[in-house]
Amino acid sequence: MIDIISQSLTQLINNIKDKKVSSEEVTKSFIQRAEKSKKLNCYIAEDFENAINKAKKFDNKPNYDSKLPGIPIAVKDLFCTKNVKTTAGSKILSNFVPTYESTVTQNMWNEGAILLGKLNCDEFAMGSSNETSFFGNVQSPIDKNLVPGGSSGGSASAVAGQLTPITIGTDTGGSIRQPASFTGIVGLKPTYGSCSRYGIVAFASSLDQAGPMAQNVKDCALLQEVISTYDPKDSTSIDFKRSHYSKKLTNNIKGKKIGIPKEYRVDGMPKEIEDLWQKGINHVKECGAETIDISLPHTSYALPAYYIVAPAEASSNLARYDGVKYGFRVKGENLIDMYEKTRSEGFGAEVQRRIMIGTYVLSSGYYDAYYLKAQKVRKLIKNDFDEAYKKVDAILTPSTPSSAFKIGEKTNDPVSMYLNDIFTVPVNLAGLPGISIPAGHDSRGYPLGLQIIGKAFDEQNILNIAFAMEEKINFKNKITDWWIK
Amino acid sequence: MTIDLKTVKHISKLSRISIEDEKAKKLTGDLNSIFEFIEKLNKLNTDKVEPLTSIAETTLKLRRDEVKSENIRDQILKNSPNENKDFFVVPKVVE
Repeated sequence: MIDIISQSLTQLINNIKDKKVSSEEVTKSFIQRAEKSKKLNCYIAEDFENAINKAKKFDNKPNYDSKLPGIPIAVKDLFCTKNVKTTAGSKILSNFVPTYESTVTQNMWNEGAILLGKLNCDEFAMGSSNETSFFGNVQSPIDKNLVPGGSSGGSASAVAGQLTPITIGTDTGGSIRQPASFTGIVGLKPTYGSCSRYGIVAFASSLDQAGPMAQNVKDCALLQEVISTYDPKDSTSIDFKRSHYSKKLTNNIKGKKIGIPKEYRVDGMPKEIEDLWQKGINHVKECGAETIDISLPHTSYALPAYYIVAPAEASSNLARYDGVKYGFRVKGENLIDMYEKTRSEGFGAEVQRRIMIGTYVLSSGYYDAYYLKAQKVRKLIKNDFDEAYKKVDAILTPSTPSSAFKIGEKTNDPVSMYLNDIFTVPVNLAGLPGISIPAGHDSRGYPLGLQIIGKAFDEQNILNIAFAMEEKINFKNKITDWWIK
Repeated sequence: MTIDLKTVKHISKLSRISIEDEKAKKLTGDLNSIFEFIEKLNKLNTDKVEPLTSIAETTLKLRRDEVKSENIRDQILKNSPNENKDFFVVPKVVE
């Protein structure tokens, strides 16, 4: 008898193809696991009944040529799913039922995957700990009262806790890579324009990207292959030749040049992160790659620039939530009063804070000083990477400046919360692909991740480096099922 | 630079988010610490730098301007918080 929930995506696919298990058995196993795992608070909306029906339908008429044959998958609740409630973790969308499907989820269903349900996340993906969700914080499967990271916290907990074989998240400043790092899983943020943004609840449109979160690099490559397509419905989707990521995956990285940026050695970084990074450097050398010291001189300006650009775009994107066409509404004495009361009650504190930052930096008289300045800094950050990539093929850094923290530890200090994303934000600002892989544990046994940053459209290369490193690191996630006992 | 309570109330008006005094006071503190952090950018001279306007250096593709009606008016209206099934309803705006 196969222990279904502990299998990787690739193993599950093979077992389904070999008829060792049915889609229905697999789907029911993950549903049972979810029923026992309510304490993690991973799900915002379950779609279990429909999932079982779809699995039965698959078993009756299986198509084994599809890439995700009868595989049940839960997704972040930022992806619009037709006729299934989509909330973005917000009260203001708590009753919203989309009439359309996001392109990336549609791509998954087209390849035979089955929707299990919608996973918790920070409200409108604004947060680094999954504590800003209207539906409550998510617990990490690593330890009790530990944050899973954010904003794709429910997604990270669901993969690490074996509630779904794989998932997709979104990453605007680190929202896939940071929670992946905190929970000991793999997370890829693709190049801007690689995955369609159609049907994804918008946060900051020039930074948002969807990407896979998986137990291992091979699974991650396979899902990326499925979700990354050119889509005319997203005007920023890019029509480039996409690689056959999983088939072309190789651990041969001999002769690759890997940059080590000195600016990522930040003040106050714990020694265990420093040691982890050194271990990573040793591993890539063992694989026959060469490491080269590089400089990305504007790194320290990335986070302040991000906290202008992202809130500015968010304040525009979130202007649509006015209580008129969908979602939650509070009655007012007049139209303006209705807007103001609806948005005051419908948005949580962090979202209100960011809308206000964005509104301020875009307001008359301040635009040049803030927004224009930030866009210039963004150019300098992109130039840093362009310069570095003349000498190297990829860049290796830690994923986060620390391991996961306790729930409530940083909620009263927004800036200290924002600092979590110090190593991931520059990648979004420059539109590059980045992958976080689990690389070790801290003294308490909490996972730590390393990030590999690639050239634009060079996902294959960073997947290969990650694949080679994964073999050397041989990471084992310590999941004790503490929430079931 | 500091953001005072009056400015916070002005931004809340522009943002169409009503806030009571106590919340405004807390926000004033939060916004000041965030802007103190953001002001680090002023140390950097960017006079000769062109702003980044598009992250993907490709030309936008054109598509045919076609009507694609899915006939889903009722489904869309179902998401409206008001019960009237034929229109989006808002408080009276014309005297």
